[in-house]
Amino acid sequence: MYPFSYTRVSDLRTAVQAGSDGGRYIAGGTTLVDLMRETVERPGKLVDISALPLREVTATKGGGLRIGALMRMAEVAAHPTVRALYAVISQALELSASAQLRNMATIGGNIMQRTRCTYFRDVTASCNRREPGTGCAAREGFNRTHAILGTSEQCVATHPSDVAVAFAALEATVHLLGPAGERTVAFSDFLLRPDNTPQREQSIRQGELITAVEVPAQPRPLRSGYVKVRDRQSYEFALTSAAVALHVRGGVIQVAKVAAGGVGTVPWKLSAVEQRLIGQRPSEALWTQAAEVAADGAQPLAHNNFKVELLKRTVERQLRVVGGTR
Amino acid sequence: MSTDPPAAEPSALSRRTFVATTVAVGGAVAAGDLVVGPSAFGAEPSTAAETGPSTRVSLVVNGRRLTVVVDNRTSLLDLLREHLGLTGSKKGCNAGACGACTVLVDGRRVNSCLTLAVRLEGAEVTTIEGLAKGERLHPLQQAFIDQDAFQCGFCTPGQIMSGVGCLKEGRTGSAEEIREWMSGNLCRCGCYVKIVRAVEQAARWK
Repeated sequence: MYPFSYTRVSDLRTAVQAGSDGGRYIAGGTTLVDLMRETVERPGKLVDISALPLREVTATKGGGLRIGALMRMAEVAAHPTVRALYAVISQALELSASAQLRNMATIGGNIMQRTRCTYFRDVTASCNRREPGTGCAAREGFNRTHAILGTSEQCVATHPSDVAVAFAALEATVHLLGPAGERTVAFSDFLLRPDNTPQREQSIRQGELITAVEVPAQPRPLRSGYVKVRDRQSYEFALTSAAVALHVRGGVIQVAKVAAGGVGTVPWKLSAVEQRLIGQRPSEALWTQAAEVAADGAQPLAHNNFKVELLKRTVERQLRVVGGTR
Repeated sequence: MSTDPPAAEPSALSRRTFVATTVAVGGAVAAGDLVVGPSAFGAEPSTAAETGPSTRVSLVVNGRRLTVVVDNRTSLLDLLREHLGLTGSKKGCNAGACGACTVLVDGRRVNSCLTLAVRLEGAEVTTIEGLAKGERLHPLQQAFIDQDAFQCGFCTPGQIMSGVGCLKEGRTGSAEEIREWMSGNLCRCGCYVKIVRAVEQAARWK
């Protein structure tokens, strides 16, 4: 690990100033410290933001949710308001990492976390995300766990977060505070596909701080849930996952929110699946028919072709679980 | 560009000398705070808001208040093992993947390998060494003995500290629930069945 200076801040103004001056924010630190030890990350100055007043979950008007950026994953997962309004968020969090890591990691840090691609983590391997222009070792390497959607010539790494899949499905908004004041970014615009600039992972500017993630209100009752398929039963990143939320009224699906994880360079919103669900009556046949388009546009690599079929089945299964026809 | 990081510890002291120094200082202070460094670490702490490469931190470890000067890069695990001589917490993967380093910070189970010691101003840390009350073992320590829940023992301190967290979190409703909520702790000997039984036993005693 390279040496760094350390500053603890307790108010937002000081934090943003320190970040604007080149400091790197640290919250839970579960990704950053690990990557600093691997020398993938080499910040010269850490700004500890854990004392900032961003530790609340509030229900917004109409049944939405605003989650403070410094809420720990474990706290959000267990929060009664979150559990009552968005089971999919609680489930995605509880299927993430381990109990220890969930006690440390925060929501803001979760959506800032970097890929677990082994070539990204290995500073002796070529990686365009870590060192632009050096190439992508995963393309011709061991790429069984890599992405099949949203990839580019430059990068095929998956986004590792589970709760980000729920946020993508629910069309959340990221609240930012920076030197120029506050702004909000749609979740779908916040996490960036690699394209030709894989080193740019979030649409966040120097000095900007995530203050909250807001989930918009949905009509009630809303049934929602998350499923995660892994190489082992627990404490593992997703091969595939699906976040589903459905609002059914009068026997007809009025609202469908669906996204997939483990398959994309960013959490993958499944608009085509949603379109096949809206206006239809829940049925076994409908789940199959809707999930059929889940992997449209997939570009599998040498070792991850299995994800195409697995993704469809994962989505179908979770539609059935949330839709409740069996 | 070289990818070799500079040495983690600027001090030339061997670990054995280092621990001995720490213990000697601790022994010399009858009732006050235990102060480690800064001489042992070579660097003087800065009093400015932004510190240099090392920082003075006051924390409580197993009920004992300590003031230490740490290289900012020092993990809580290294502080415990290398600086305070508390070698119960183990370094398995040093990357948050195995759970062998699990301790409680302010009552919550965390991976001490991913916790920078510099961030623990005012924190209360409990390690496996601080779990027993005098000669009386914590119910989960006793349960690990009763259930023979280990072979080599390397992961055991982390398993027990994680199990204490699991008990506090109330995630012991069934063997399945215990398995899921203890999944952050790996055991290469494969003692999982007995570890689950030990946590179940301690949950019944609560």
